[in-house]
Amino acid sequence: MYVAVKGGEAAIDNAHRLLAEARRGDPAVPELSVAQIREQMALLVDRVMTEGSLYDPDLAALALKQARGDVVEAVFLVRAYRTTLSRFGASVPVDTGQMAVARRVSATFKDLPGGQVLGPTFDYTHRLIDFALAAESEIEPAAEADPRADAAICPRVTDLLAQDGLIEASPPDAGAPVGDLTREPVDYPADRALRLQALARGDEGFVLGLAYSTQRGFGRTHPFVGEIRVGDVAVEFVPEELGFAVPLGRVRLTECQMVNQFKGSGTAPPQFTRGYGLSFGQSERKAMAMALVDRALRAEELGEPVVSPAQDQEFVLAHCDSLQATGFVEHLKLPHYVDFQAELELVRRLRAEFERKSESVEMQEAAE
Amino acid sequence: MGGGGGAEPSAPQSGYNFAYLDEGTKRMIRRAILKAIAVPGYQVPFASREMPMPYGWGTGGVQVTAAILGRADVLKVIDQGADDTTNAVSIRRFFAKTSGVATTTRTTEATVIQTRHRIPETPLTEGQTLVYQVPIPEPLRFLEPRETETRQLHALAEYGAMHVKLYEDISRHGHIATTYAYPVEVAGRYVMDPSPTPKFDNPKMDDCPALQLFGAGRERRIYAVPPYTSVRSLDFEDHPFRVQDFTEPCALCGARGHYLDEVVTDDAGGRMYICSDTDICETRVAEAAR
Repeated sequence: MYVAVKGGEAAIDNAHRLLAEARRGDPAVPELSVAQIREQMALLVDRVMTEGSLYDPDLAALALKQARGDVVEAVFLVRAYRTTLSRFGASVPVDTGQMAVARRVSATFKDLPGGQVLGPTFDYTHRLIDFALAAESEIEPAAEADPRADAAICPRVTDLLAQDGLIEASPPDAGAPVGDLTREPVDYPADRALRLQALARGDEGFVLGLAYSTQRGFGRTHPFVGEIRVGDVAVEFVPEELGFAVPLGRVRLTECQMVNQFKGSGTAPPQFTRGYGLSFGQSERKAMAMALVDRALRAEELGEPVVSPAQDQEFVLAHCDSLQATGFVEHLKLPHYVDFQAELELVRRLRAEFERKSESVEMQEAAE
Repeated sequence: MGGGGGAEPSAPQSGYNFAYLDEGTKRMIRRAILKAIAVPGYQVPFASREMPMPYGWGTGGVQVTAAILGRADVLKVIDQGADDTTNAVSIRRFFAKTSGVATTTRTTEATVIQTRHRIPETPLTEGQTLVYQVPIPEPLRFLEPRETETRQLHALAEYGAMHVKLYEDISRHGHIATTYAYPVEVAGRYVMDPSPTPKFDNPKMDDCPALQLFGAGRERRIYAVPPYTSVRSLDFEDHPFRVQDFTEPCALCGARGHYLDEVVTDDAGGRMYICSDTDICETRVAEAAR
């Protein structure tokens, strides 16, 4: 019960106990283990890690269990935990060119070094409910890949295009410190690194919708998927006392390199431009949407008119975070008695004045 | 490869109607198709259904194909000109499973050809139907994103903005910079998006003996070019429409005058060019071997 004025404490405790019971569901049904969620809801776990900005599949799975499967709530739990962790440094930038590729597709070339590797994808499945899956079933083991002679060489498509100058060069790493929007407030205009951070953490649905709008004329960018690759990369760290990089472990990433409309000027020949997306685990929809919006947000830098929502960085960055958005939308559930009381008083006064005025007009008219 | 894609007719999958869609839906789509044929190049709204493949994968083309397919039809499906590309394989299998019709990779044997991004090099003939998968049916969409505006522009045949766009291309680049989805004028009236086929294929649409149907599932539009209808690529007297030409012949069959795919062979700048239309390429290679 939404308790009036006093007695809230007991009500809150009771609501939390009820929540715990609802989370568990029917006790006759076996309880989900964190490992089951991690292994069988893997794409959901990946999304929570991506938007939670923390690579920890077990923690993300636990958050999902606690959140009853609510993605935003799970992201919330992960973020609230992340913020308590101490920062002892930044890793060496990961090299996605050295990725152990589980999936790699290019939409711009039919074949290329390293080949097209479909990997585990829904792309060409027919969306027909598999009722057999309702029962527990043994699965057919997957086919082993042929060990390809060139399997180890998987150059990035954008690097292949860059060799001929067909695509703009990737800006060189100046070694300058990279901003961290979780530690400092965003100062507009935000640079591309900060924008990419915001998009990486941004709500998948919101970023997807914005990306889609650019495909329908609201900030068009003529995109091609140069490449999507999913796989494991090594994370290295240089401890100050050692002075050389040591491996910390591996993370699974999805990278999308979007090849976009060309641009030229009187002094520079036309070349394709880039949009970039990166996410934890296998999160292709997110990486692609991020790459489209990244490119749209470069409109000003590339001399394009800024007319659509996806090109407006204040619009995108200020609204793409699911926690900020859900917080402010859902806070409307909180008590607003005093503000509403003030509004009530004003509206009543204005209505009374209105009535008085129309009465006096009527009286005047009657007198005439 | 492409040659492996053909199959004899078989019994359709049980539990679903012939070619997946129910007959009521097919009737609705056929009415839209008939209207589209009656008003060439006009985008007819239709009640597009949720399909078992995602929007963008060809749901419009699949619905059109499902609505026109009969048991005696022979279906060919291509993507990027090729029968062996993943999505072409997937859609061909879908119809083989749900309708049991015969499938083929040979352009000359097919009665219905569903395509994404290409028109076969082999000239089409009377009685054949080419079904295009269309992502954005509105040729004016990138000049005016609002539907309320573009419908009015079509009604008034107000296509000045498109000519200005093409003119701006010429003034900036010295060329019209539209290389695919190049706008065309159909039967002297409607400006139409030919779907994202390279402009290389535009001349094949003009006065074509085959029926051309266009399905856009997500955008819920169907349009058509009836047989032997004029399809003119927009241009200017002093900048006439030109198609892409390739300096090299196909590395496999030696053909010139075909649209070619660039294949990256190594990371040291190596490239080869092969026919995008796998059927004609394989046919030529087989004939040369005989």
